[in-house]
Amino acid sequence: MRNIGVIIKKQIKDTLKNKTVLIQFVMFPVLTLIFEHAVSIPDMPELFFTKLFSVMYMGMAPLTSVAAIISEEKEKNTLRVLMMANVKPWEYLAGIGIYVWMICMAGAGIMSTSLPAADIPFFLGVLSCGFFISIVIGACVGIFAPNQMVSTSIVMPVMLIFSFAPMLAMFNDKISMAAKFFYTQQIRLLLDNMTFAGIKPESIAVVAVNSVLAVFLFFVAFKRKGLE
Amino acid sequence: MIFASGIYKSFAGRNVISGIDLDIGPGSIFGLLGPSGAGKTTLIKVITGQLVPDSGDVKVFGRNVSGLTGEDRKKIGIMMDDHGVYGRMSCADNLKIFADIYGVPYHEVFRTLKDVGLEKDAGKPAMKLSKGMRARLQLARVLMISPQILFLDEPTSGLDPMTMKYIHKLILEQKEKGCTVFLTTHNMEEAAALCDEVALLNEGKIVERGAPGQVCRKYNHSKKIRIHLTTGEDIELAHDEGSAGKIMELMSEGCVETIHSSEPTLETVFLELTGRKLDCTEEMLYA
Ligand SMILES: Nc1ncnc2c1ncn2[C@@H]1O[C@H](COP(=O)(O)OP(=O)(O)OP(=O)(O)O)[C@@H](O)[C@H]1O
Ligand SMILES: [Mg+2]
Repeated sequence: MRNIGVIIKKQIKDTLKNKTVLIQFVMFPVLTLIFEHAVSIPDMPELFFTKLFSVMYMGMAPLTSVAAIISEEKEKNTLRVLMMANVKPWEYLAGIGIYVWMICMAGAGIMSTSLPAADIPFFLGVLSCGFFISIVIGACVGIFAPNQMVSTSIVMPVMLIFSFAPMLAMFNDKISMAAKFFYTQQIRLLLDNMTFAGIKPESIAVVAVNSVLAVFLFFVAFKRKGLE
Repeated sequence: MIFASGIYKSFAGRNVISGIDLDIGPGSIFGLLGPSGAGKTTLIKVITGQLVPDSGDVKVFGRNVSGLTGEDRKKIGIMMDDHGVYGRMSCADNLKIFADIYGVPYHEVFRTLKDVGLEKDAGKPAMKLSKGMRARLQLARVLMISPQILFLDEPTSGLDPMTMKYIHKLILEQKEKGCTVFLTTHNMEEAAALCDEVALLNEGKIVERGAPGQVCRKYNHSKKIRIHLTTGEDIELAHDEGSAGKIMELMSEGCVETIHSSEPTLETVFLELTGRKLDCTEEMLYA
């Protein structure tokens, strides 16, 4: 258990020195604040940027960062050293997952400052589920990819599909039909509504099925490849 | 301390380790010598439990490797040739991660950095280190935990002579502290200088073993004296009474530039045993 804490601590130290990952985490929250306060287009729905960007953030940042962290440790042969020091694979993955989840929640916290106080618990609660799914998908890619090159080339399309589908769905009915099976789109719909009472069973079902699929895929990947 | 019997390991039907027996006593330095591809890394991996052998027993601290507890593992330092460091993090932060994992206090981090001569570089990102400094940082990572057994896979390969000497000194210091060291190398001189016992590994089999001096003496059957003359000529004489007159004559004529008696080194022993050079790779052999 202590090793999970060690991994989290190591990641926090590393992130401060890793500009590309840091930008990933900071860019969307900061852009959201800027857009929300500086841009106003007539007839634009209320809190348009906060709702749209938070969903894109959810589909991008956790997925790419988890995959990048795991594949980098494989490529630089540091993961072996951790395993040799008797850090268990599940402790490592839990440490990385918890760390990314915490950072993303902090990012979501920044974005939530534009919302009315009453909506903040709903906003954070819904996003935290979304972060979880994205982290698990990112971990699948990280486990599967032997190095950073492969990891990036798998993450790119997956991330684009999940994070852009909700935006494209606004302009195209066909995409909208397909997108409603993605957790990102359902979470976007949940955020549009922004009430616990207004949660549709359909949304819960899609998010649940997405989580189960992601977790299943994770165990399959882990069983087949381990952390080597 | 380290015991192995009848170890076999194959990859994809090809035997890499065939029938290795070892018994290494506490507080000694054991050197496993062999050319590239001989199976040195594979054997270390089997002994440290990173690979499961096809057959055979491995015991460390008198217990089966697979049954070692977390506490036992904390007393074993392992440095493999493919282990990396966290490039963006400083040397001190790199060690602190492992200090946290092993429950070692942070003052040990700085003590160890000083021991390996990196105290001035404690704050430097590991990716800015030179090759020799990086090797010392990797060594610091295993020395920091004050191990009772140390496995070092080619700790000095590709390093400059100065760093090599420095690392030898560190390894000998560990031995003085009572640590058992298992190291692999291509370098015969290194093995002769450090090890109490060496084993020569070729194609997965131990072809000779013993104290380095003893092994060399055993193969000292072609005792020769080599003389390089001022004329540029090289001559070889038998190493016995019969050559005394000739040597006297050359000496008094002032023709001798250098004179050497040629005891076999581990290098020549290896060459004799296997017909292949130590630093020749598999590719060179089959080219
Ligand atoms: N995981 C593996 N899968 C297949 N073959 C392997 C594997 N690991 C090692 N081998 C093979 O086993 C042989 C011995 O490899 P090993 O790494 O043990 O050699 P070595 O003595 O450590 O060489 P070097 O001095 O170059 O490090 C090689 O022919 C290598 O190709
Ligand atoms: Mg090797």
